[in-house]
Amino acid sequence: MNGVVVSGVGLHPFGRFEGVSTTDMGVHAVRAALREAGVKKGGFQAAFCGTAYGGVATGHKVLSRIGMTGMPIVDVEAGCASGGAALMLAAGAIRAGQYDTVLVFGTEKMPRGIIRSSFFEPWQEEAGLAATPAFFALRAQRLALTSGVTKDHLARVVVKNRRHGATNPDAMYRKAIAAEEVLASRVVCEPLHLFMLCSPNEGAAAVVLTRERPGAAGVTLAGAVLRSHLPGAVLSESTPLSGLTDDAGPSPTTLAATAAFEEAGLGPGDIHVAECQDTDAARELLSYEEIGLCPAGGSAAFLESGATALGGRLPVNPSGGLLSKGEPLGASALGQVVELVRQLRGQCGDRQVDGARTALSHTVGRGANAGVVILTH
Amino acid sequence: MVRTGLFTEGDPPALLGSRCASCGTHHFPRHDTCPYCAVEDPEPVDLSPRGTLWAWTTVTAPPPGYRGETPYGVGVVELPEGIRVIARLTESDAGALEVGQSMELRIVPLHTDDEGRTVVTFAFAPEGAP
Repeated sequence: MNGVVVSGVGLHPFGRFEGVSTTDMGVHAVRAALREAGVKKGGFQAAFCGTAYGGVATGHKVLSRIGMTGMPIVDVEAGCASGGAALMLAAGAIRAGQYDTVLVFGTEKMPRGIIRSSFFEPWQEEAGLAATPAFFALRAQRLALTSGVTKDHLARVVVKNRRHGATNPDAMYRKAIAAEEVLASRVVCEPLHLFMLCSPNEGAAAVVLTRERPGAAGVTLAGAVLRSHLPGAVLSESTPLSGLTDDAGPSPTTLAATAAFEEAGLGPGDIHVAECQDTDAARELLSYEEIGLCPAGGSAAFLESGATALGGRLPVNPSGGLLSKGEPLGASALGQVVELVRQLRGQCGDRQVDGARTALSHTVGRGANAGVVILTH
Repeated sequence: MVRTGLFTEGDPPALLGSRCASCGTHHFPRHDTCPYCAVEDPEPVDLSPRGTLWAWTTVTAPPPGYRGETPYGVGVVELPEGIRVIARLTESDAGALEVGQSMELRIVPLHTDDEGRTVVTFAFAPEGAP
């Protein structure tokens, strides 16, 4: 996708913030992104706001607060990929010539505990078939059978991401953790222990996209794709009650990644740094395979090689990932994009991936919704 | 019954599914349009009450809206019709189960509702388990 650049990014840290509203966090992130982009009132022609739990007109409340309304403001809900969906819509509109500059942001305050989702029918909740961690656990168990992923591998993903996150001032958990501590935390759903699951929390992120102009240097948005699921995979993020034994079709993540690589004219081997959905430790490993960062069945070996740790060939989740940052649904995808833009600009200090020129962001969740964004510099 | 239209309480019980006359796939729950080929009015069928275990786990804390006891088992069972079904398992000890194990459908008590009635739901049990 030539012609769209990221001219500014902003973030409200991810965590729990008593007395700070969804609107407050959105304002914080939006102001920072607009300031960085040098965009003032009247300087953007549309705004897209990712949120899942924010409620009616979340985007309007943020932009009303800073006196910037009148343009179309559209709230976008695509589960964990809400920010990716908003980016795709904004970039497409710029590319089509509809707008020159678009504000994209996400803001969220998640309920505490296991996420309650209106996606499920009341009887599914009543019968215990709406237990999100159980679906993660079933996927992890299948990954053990297809890819040789052990509990030690799952713990190792957590150790890696928490080590990365320890140097990220915007993360919720900023303390490294040992594999023994991960494995000593309580079992939520076998084989997943508590510390292998990310925490739903609060935060906001914002990005200003602008049509590329001659002589303007910056990070290019090379691809931004959202995809839903094809039916058939019983453990797909579409969370069906049944699937087929013959389920060899592509996952939503594979569909989105394939289209994003095509849009960017790049392949998995060209990526220097990635942020991947690590709602649970097994999900990160599955993402390696579904995106094509490693061969199918090869995620455990890829992790063991050290390739995805800082200093490796393809660091994944240098921000610490959702396992360190926590997950505010509407803001999580844009949080990844903010991190990757800063990585490509060389602004990440101790967690900087040296010489990174290409980056990939991946989010996937209920719907199914999978978002893949590719950035180049 | 936790919801009508999901299963029968006969001996043996059955899950109520559908089969697409066009592409031949089976569905659960019963659909009025085939999710695979979008052809309408698949034929209603009773699904086989026996299958094999494909994946399983134990839920240790009550998820939102849940009315039954914890811990409880959740798993995926493959039926001979070529489908995989998500269901509760009567066995909540993950260590007591293995992949490929024969499973059979049971209708089991879930909880007692506000009027004192027993609400039942479907679950799979290891074949022959008491």
